[in-house]
Amino acid sequence: MTPRSRILLALLGAFLLALPWVVNPYLLSVATLILYLAYTGQAWNVMMGFAGQLSLGHSLYVGVGAYVSAAIFFHYGIGPWAGMWLSIALCVAIGAAIGFLAFRFGISGVYFALLTIAFSEFFRIGFDHLQWTGGSGGLFLKVAQRDQIDLANFRGPPAMYYYAILSLTVSALIFCSFLLKSKAGYYWQAIREDEEAAQALGINTFRWKMLAVVISSAMTAVAGVFFAFYYNNLFPEQIFHISRSIEIILGPIIGGVGTLFGPILGAAVLTILADGITEILGALGWEIPGIKQVFYGIVMLLVIMFLPHGIWPPLARKFGLGK
Amino acid sequence: MLSVDRISKSFRGLKAVSQASFDVPAGSIVALIGPNGAGKTTCFNMIAGVFPPDSGRILFQDSPIQHLRPDQVCVAGIGRTFQIVKPFAGLSVLDNVMVGGFLKEKTVSGARKISMEILGKLHLESKADLPASSLTLPDRKRLEVARALATRPRLLLLDEVMAGLRPTECDLIVQVFRELNRSDGLTILLIEHVMRAVMALAQDVVVLHHGEIIARGAPAAVVRDPAVLECYLGEETEV
Amino acid sequence: MPLDLVVNVTIAGVLTGMVYGLMALGLSVIFGVVRVVNFAHGEMMTIAMYAAVALFTLWGVDPFLAAIPVGAAFFALGYLMQAGLINPFITRPEHSQFMLMVAVALIMVNGMLMAFGPDARNVQIGYQLESWELGKILFDKPRVYAAAMALATSGLLFLFFKATLVGKAIRACADNYLGARVVGLNVKHLYALTFGLGSACVAIAGCMMILLVDVTPNLGPSYTLLAFIIVIVGGLGSMTGALLGGVLIGLSEALAGLFIQPSAKSMFGFGLLILVLLFRPQGLMGKKS
Repeated sequence: MTPRSRILLALLGAFLLALPWVVNPYLLSVATLILYLAYTGQAWNVMMGFAGQLSLGHSLYVGVGAYVSAAIFFHYGIGPWAGMWLSIALCVAIGAAIGFLAFRFGISGVYFALLTIAFSEFFRIGFDHLQWTGGSGGLFLKVAQRDQIDLANFRGPPAMYYYAILSLTVSALIFCSFLLKSKAGYYWQAIREDEEAAQALGINTFRWKMLAVVISSAMTAVAGVFFAFYYNNLFPEQIFHISRSIEIILGPIIGGVGTLFGPILGAAVLTILADGITEILGALGWEIPGIKQVFYGIVMLLVIMFLPHGIWPPLARKFGLGK
Repeated sequence: MLSVDRISKSFRGLKAVSQASFDVPAGSIVALIGPNGAGKTTCFNMIAGVFPPDSGRILFQDSPIQHLRPDQVCVAGIGRTFQIVKPFAGLSVLDNVMVGGFLKEKTVSGARKISMEILGKLHLESKADLPASSLTLPDRKRLEVARALATRPRLLLLDEVMAGLRPTECDLIVQVFRELNRSDGLTILLIEHVMRAVMALAQDVVVLHHGEIIARGAPAAVVRDPAVLECYLGEETEV
Repeated sequence: MPLDLVVNVTIAGVLTGMVYGLMALGLSVIFGVVRVVNFAHGEMMTIAMYAAVALFTLWGVDPFLAAIPVGAAFFALGYLMQAGLINPFITRPEHSQFMLMVAVALIMVNGMLMAFGPDARNVQIGYQLESWELGKILFDKPRVYAAAMALATSGLLFLFFKATLVGKAIRACADNYLGARVVGLNVKHLYALTFGLGSACVAIAGCMMILLVDVTPNLGPSYTLLAFIIVIVGGLGSMTGALLGGVLIGLSEALAGLFIQPSAKSMFGFGLLILVLLFRPQGLMGKKS
């Protein structure tokens, strides 16, 4: 990393750490949302940016992760730290199943994307009918007490959640950076560039693709657990919906798929702009449902057309930062 | 080292290779030649594990490998290049070779070290940090070879490496192979159309025609074999 | 379960399936020729449905008649979209094109939400509740008309591709992009033409569909997925496959709604998609690539 980027990173880090003391509750919630999207986008990035498999059904893992940890807390009082492991285990199993089916049967590209959509829709309708988790009526956890910090059950003031997701995002960044520079990173990039050539170099592409899928689904499961205990209400129609899946990928696509900082930058830029626009329009007296999503679509369109590698690579080049 | 034993392959009723048998002794350089459509690349693909032969066996260091996947074949010690080069375009030259290096090296620094060494042998070290997509064709061919060499193969399969190279470039790369064969004992099996390279490199030549082996021997002898001339030039040729 | 109920549901399913088939035909034509995965297909259908509602509400135009101007408008729209937006993406990697259409779909769905609001809209035509009776068997008039129109449109499309010069030129492009260009075909124009035709199909299907169901903005994604399921099950690039797949899906949806819970009926479609993707990816009538 260049000295310049080190300084910038340090500044950013200080700013993020001090944030809850500096901003109002609304902005804090926006920051939490940005970090949540950044984290989830990074998790998705492992599968797409690293292993080249386009998943448009990632809401599946958020949903399962959320519902599993919330349900066992709701029914058995088991806290999220334990529930998280069950969530991860289940999401890994599902991800592995999808990966296995896809890779064994040679499904890739668009077909793979459709397969992931089919699975997430399948689960959406399934959870709509699953009474143990509240069916389509939803699952509700008791809202957190704002003044006490109950770490065991992950309840507390908004600042606690902010720091939690901040640490999660930072750990994800460090983890992915480590992965990228390791043998895994090289192998994944090779598979992404030319799978046949990779095989000729002794790479068991099936195994490595599966690894990316497993890591990605495990990371996303944790996002689901966070979601459940932060928002406290879960509806299958919302959490499994395809627009959630699209939301997850917007950050990486706009920021830059396969890069380290792309998802975070994309999530930040998008959320700030979107919220800014809704604020401005609201101040002008226009409360139009759907305008935020139209905005998302337009930004996505422009980025895909003119900056196919996202906004991070040109920015990084211009300011002399690393990858 | 490599023993191909009566392998055959048909594609939808068309017999591409029929009962082909030949040996590649350890430390030798063998060339597989024949007119277009003779079945050379099909043989290669069977050895490299892209698809299995319909019948017959392929033995590498006395173990059967005909049913192995391409990556398993590489792990067993056989490296290969592709007729149409397949560089990892988004990676640098060095990174390309490192991908190969990770097969035997456990650490990133170890992989980097041997990759630089191999790039040196192929005279590409000055271009190590350039993106692979920026290389010219001759350099891409050398990169392809470097990458395969990074996996430390005992046997290297070269698929028409000389195609598209000017005579001087061809000679350069022949020198590299000769050196690798001499100093590292690398066994080489190559498919070639460029006779200049075949004559300069090969100790032994195997000729394929319509999927069958029609001649075998030292280059000088094979080139004068009437059966070989007939398959290249048609019947009734005076030498 | 009374037999006549099953028969009636079956008939309704098959008829609806033909409209599905026309919708899927549009997608099949687009994907088969231009190789664009039109992720905005269902959204286009939904817009057509809204257009039919608008024409009916404002000027009392019967959706069957509305199909003509709406179809023509969508032809132009499709042509422009391909020529202006998508053509530069022909040489880009596959998932790039795909994401482009995902963005377009996102804009369309929410554009509809902004313009029409989330409430369901429909048309109230005189003959909407009428049906022909054959003993206890019922044939809903709007359904029969819609299916007939769908079949007629499909037939016209078949004829176009088989018999006309332009149709053959388009098929040539589908078979061999480079070869078509070498021979002098204006491939970009033909691609745009094809997208226009596919869009027109979808538009007509939409005008038919509004007679059968109410329209809301989020029908868009559902129909997109449905179109893909049908096209994949029926076989990519096969026009008969698209129609057959449509009927199959329409039928299975109807029967699943009858025998299992109605809200779970689309689960069946997704399950079928997963199975087909795994075991017979070329679909029922497709060719193995």
